[in-house]
Amino acid sequence: MTIPLSGKDVASKIEEKFPGSVVESSQDNLVVKGNFLLDAARFLRDTEGLDLDFLNFVTAVDYYDHFEVVYWLSSLEHNHSLTIKARCYDRENPVLPSVVGLWQGADLQEREIFDLFGIKFEDHPNMKRIFLWEGFAGHPLRKDFI
Amino acid sequence: MAVRTEPFVLNMGPVHPSTHGVFRMRATLDGEVVIDIEPVFGYLHRGIEKLAEQRTYTGITPLTDRLDYISSMSNNLAYCLAVEKLAGIKVPERAEYIRVIMAELQRIAALLIAVGAFLNDCGAYFTPFLYMFRERERIVDLFEMVSGQRLTYNYMRAGGVSQDLPEEFMPALRKFMDMMPRFMDEYDRLLMQNEILIARAKGVGILTGEQAINCSVSGPVLRASGVNWDIRKADPYSIYDQFDFDIPTQATGDCYDRYRQRVEEMRQSLRIIRQAMEQLPSGPVRAELPQLIRPPTGEAYARIEAPKGELGFYLVSDNSIAPYRCHIRPPSLINLTALRDMVRGWKVADLIIIFGSIDITVGEIDR
Repeated sequence: MTIPLSGKDVASKIEEKFPGSVVESSQDNLVVKGNFLLDAARFLRDTEGLDLDFLNFVTAVDYYDHFEVVYWLSSLEHNHSLTIKARCYDRENPVLPSVVGLWQGADLQEREIFDLFGIKFEDHPNMKRIFLWEGFAGHPLRKDFI
Repeated sequence: MAVRTEPFVLNMGPVHPSTHGVFRMRATLDGEVVIDIEPVFGYLHRGIEKLAEQRTYTGITPLTDRLDYISSMSNNLAYCLAVEKLAGIKVPERAEYIRVIMAELQRIAALLIAVGAFLNDCGAYFTPFLYMFRERERIVDLFEMVSGQRLTYNYMRAGGVSQDLPEEFMPALRKFMDMMPRFMDEYDRLLMQNEILIARAKGVGILTGEQAINCSVSGPVLRASGVNWDIRKADPYSIYDQFDFDIPTQATGDCYDRYRQRVEEMRQSLRIIRQAMEQLPSGPVRAELPQLIRPPTGEAYARIEAPKGELGFYLVSDNSIAPYRCHIRPPSLINLTALRDMVRGWKVADLIIIFGSIDITVGEIDR
């Protein structure tokens, strides 16, 4: 059985290393600030005992006043998992750092989020639309699209 | 005088027999050697995730049929597990067994197509493919008995399956189970040591275990690279922890290994079906549920080992009758991330078989 790691425990470890980076945390929830996302992600991947080396999926959810980007990570070695989230409050020009440098598996999925939600991932090697064509007006999975 | 050369771009697809659907590859070539590749897709994008936000939880099941349309049963199962996790629904035991039988039959059917299409790409044009289709046909007949459909089954429901097995199902399944191992031996005799297949596929398109993990690759492609990871064992869902089966893995991660991996997985599926047939209990096949499911506010991610890899549904509920967000984790799309690393430096003819060995369905990539 894959054991979900406690968001609270991991949050205290991240907070210790990068003070002021955690927005909120509970047993099954962990939200970090966007500007600390890359540091926190690298910490989760490289810290012994966590070794979250497998990025199962990345996706986004539109909550009207903010976007939440969800990263579902797991470790094949220890067979545990963790969900980490980051929020964007800017609807006009939402930006987050790209994690492609850490997990290449995020490549196509971050392009998908850009296409369907309009969230830009900085330092992504090929940040362009993936399903819809260049010049398509709007981002369909946003709640205000229709 | 030296001849001036420059790389050129070759456009393959979107309509091309080796691209398994409407899928396009922009390959940059140096002579015949691939130096870069960019997959281009979206031709089959139907916005299933958006459509799901306007449907009831029950109404989404037929949409999932249309994701990876050659393994609808697996898609149904993954979606139903996510709804059950979100709403805390308990499934009757008989339904769990029926689900496992269906999911494993579906795995065999999908892997038969994967193997057949791969051999097609290798140049054994349509002869092995038709053999594989002959066997797949029997499985499709079984599915037709239970659901009335031959492609988009829409058989499973949150809380069980839509109806019990008809009387003629078990005898037909028994007949299939007696036949199938013989066919598998026949394929092995024809293909496993086939010199042309080995020459074309061995050592071609190697994907190392580390690369595979870094690219989030899952399913037979990951296991062919030597990583022992199968969600049925690592994170058992349904009743998979009650069955005795092995997880085959291969050593090198080349195209031949991926082919071999799929053949061995079919044998394991047969083992699981045989056990499930013996233990099949009687009882109801569907939990008593209200017409409209209204899960509590929250989120859930449920995943299964689909024929192509980890298929998962991430559902967010706002306590209404439709999901607030329904994200599908498509194994076909994510396995493609590794394509670029795998094909660089190989010739165009190898590109075709490396791409074929990943085994994609465009319906699931584009959604």
